[in-house]
Amino acid sequence: MTTTPAPAPTTAPTTVSRRRLIDRIPVVHQVRQSYGVQRFMLVTGLILTLVFVILAIFAPLIAPYGYAQLRDDSGAFGAQEEPSAQHLWGTTVGGYDVLSRVIWGAQTGLFVIVVAVVLSIFLGVLLGLISGYLGGWLDRVLVVIADAIYAFPSLLLAIVMAIVLSGGQSGLVPGVFAAAISLTVVYIPQYFRVIRAETTRIKNEAFVESARVIGASTPRIMFKHVLRNATRTLPLIFTLNSSEAILTLAGLGFLGFGIEPSSAAEWGYDLNKAISDVTSGIWWTALFPGLAIVFVVLGITLVGESLNDLADPRLRGRRSVAASAGLTAQTSVTAGGVIDPPGGLTGLEEPER
Amino acid sequence: MTVPDAVVATPRVRGRSAGGGFGRYLLVRFLLIFPTVFILVTLVFVLMRSTGDPITAAVGGRLPPDELAARIHEAGYDRPILVQYFEYLGQILRGDFGTTISDNRPITEVIVTFGAATLELTFYALIVAFIVGIPLGMLAAYIRDRWGDAVLRVFAILCYATPVFFAGLLLKLVFAVQLDLLPAFGRASVSSELEMKLLPSPTGIFLIDAFQTGNSEVIADVLQHAVLPAVALGLLTGGIFLRLVRTNVIGTLGTEYVDAARSRGVRELRLVGRHAYKPALIPIITVIGLQIAVLLGGAVLTETTFEWKGLGFQLAQYLQARDFVAVQGIVALLAVIVAVTNFIVDVIAAFIDPRVRY
Repeated sequence: MTTTPAPAPTTAPTTVSRRRLIDRIPVVHQVRQSYGVQRFMLVTGLILTLVFVILAIFAPLIAPYGYAQLRDDSGAFGAQEEPSAQHLWGTTVGGYDVLSRVIWGAQTGLFVIVVAVVLSIFLGVLLGLISGYLGGWLDRVLVVIADAIYAFPSLLLAIVMAIVLSGGQSGLVPGVFAAAISLTVVYIPQYFRVIRAETTRIKNEAFVESARVIGASTPRIMFKHVLRNATRTLPLIFTLNSSEAILTLAGLGFLGFGIEPSSAAEWGYDLNKAISDVTSGIWWTALFPGLAIVFVVLGITLVGESLNDLADPRLRGRRSVAASAGLTAQTSVTAGGVIDPPGGLTGLEEPER
Repeated sequence: MTVPDAVVATPRVRGRSAGGGFGRYLLVRFLLIFPTVFILVTLVFVLMRSTGDPITAAVGGRLPPDELAARIHEAGYDRPILVQYFEYLGQILRGDFGTTISDNRPITEVIVTFGAATLELTFYALIVAFIVGIPLGMLAAYIRDRWGDAVLRVFAILCYATPVFFAGLLLKLVFAVQLDLLPAFGRASVSSELEMKLLPSPTGIFLIDAFQTGNSEVIADVLQHAVLPAVALGLLTGGIFLRLVRTNVIGTLGTEYVDAARSRGVRELRLVGRHAYKPALIPIITVIGLQIAVLLGGAVLTETTFEWKGLGFQLAQYLQARDFVAVQGIVALLAVIVAVTNFIVDVIAAFIDPRVRY
């Protein structure tokens, strides 16, 4: 489909262009596309995720105490103190302030997510693209390796990686990086599989063939034509992986492979220390870090699932079937560039009720 | 468009050898176990050994350097890494996964002793997962996009958003400490464990052993101990099942044969429970294969939470003791178990759904 000079839309052009701009921002577009229960789940998820990110970034300002602080001007905090005005969520068995450690823990979590997911997306996409487009023995070897890793319990693999990377040490940087890179190894196969599957499908499409006929180089076809069309499912895996990263990090910490309390706050580690507290009826040391994990994972997963449902016409409400047409059209490159119907895609995406 | 000849030719050959399709698939899938295990074992070996030798890791700093060197030499860790690698592969082929450093036991013996407990826990957890996931998933699909559906979906997400150890701690806090209904840790109380040890042929699977004693108190005791760990671990997978059943039943509910059945006057309950449900099961079987890996990973955490003396608990102990030979051995053996389970699951899936083996 080629772009024809569009007749002026009936609505005022200014409003049209403003709506299109809003619609093109990824998440905003989905919020507008959703409705009812779906919108509620998506918005709840977004709010939870936002709170998590804000807590993580502004932890030094929000947290009443430092993550490794044991005393203030009025003396030592004391261990296993019940929640009070001074320590809203009480103190841990090690004498830390629970509230502060929960807030600081968000920072550790966000950092690990960012490092782990960015690294694994980069490597996974690169390998998937090369493997899927070039094929041959390299492809077969990579697929078998990826499948082997994919099938294996990710926590065990992360444990092995954590042993290797930290060498048993656990400072802030080695500890956090070890956790992040351990997760990277686990997640690369997931991105690899998705991108490879898409690439093998796309490389047989007509537009790739045309590019080849014109004489485009292989790297150009791979990174310009194929990659752009193969990345549609990435945001979904991204959210699912982020939540899994939080869980695996907490699992590592729970088994004692996390980060020492003096170098950073980590929810899994705090929960491990809370095991014995629980048996003697001390609930605050376990409840709050645990709830923090649950809310963060819940938030990110709600966003991911909603995006997934919105991208899958089978799972979307009947009302917005036409919207899928708009979505696909916008992301697929056709001969004349991105489809740009008169008046934008708004007409396509907002069918009559 | 260039399609390699082989790709076109293979299905034709398969099609001609009528009936050989399944056998062929079985064989290819079986042979695939070996590279999978090989890759995982190699990966674990390379990773573990890149930290240095296990003896230094275990006792380094506690022994004088010359004594340490002597022990390393004795165990053969000062030889070229390739020699060690091939020796390790040879050992594994003979079914020898090494001997732990901290308590000097063969890994295979550790697995046999503690594997039964993990097997039992995984089995209980799967039952909980089925009970929670399948009926609720069908219900959610049937009332899709209404508030009940949203509640069920949030419940499903909560199930796998909650780390098993936190779920375990909460269950412990409520049911074991506050209400004092169920035991907080262990697989059985001391007296029942003793009674089961006296059996002529204890299996290590406590439920079977409890039935062997014929003592109803022992059976009740074993079951009581199993409830909390099974629920903690089972909810994790149950949430995933719920979501999966929902998605797939929604898919099949929209098909024409369901419409046809409805127009014939088939009751709605039967429609969801039979017509739409059966084809939706196939993806679930495939996912169970991947869930085994999740369950094993979760078992490590659940066992640590509940002091359930299984492989995961033991693995955590060895990790604490920095006994990396034991860790490597257990992880390698788990790799074999995962590969074999996936093979079995794939075969079952192919048996049910011919499209899988094309």
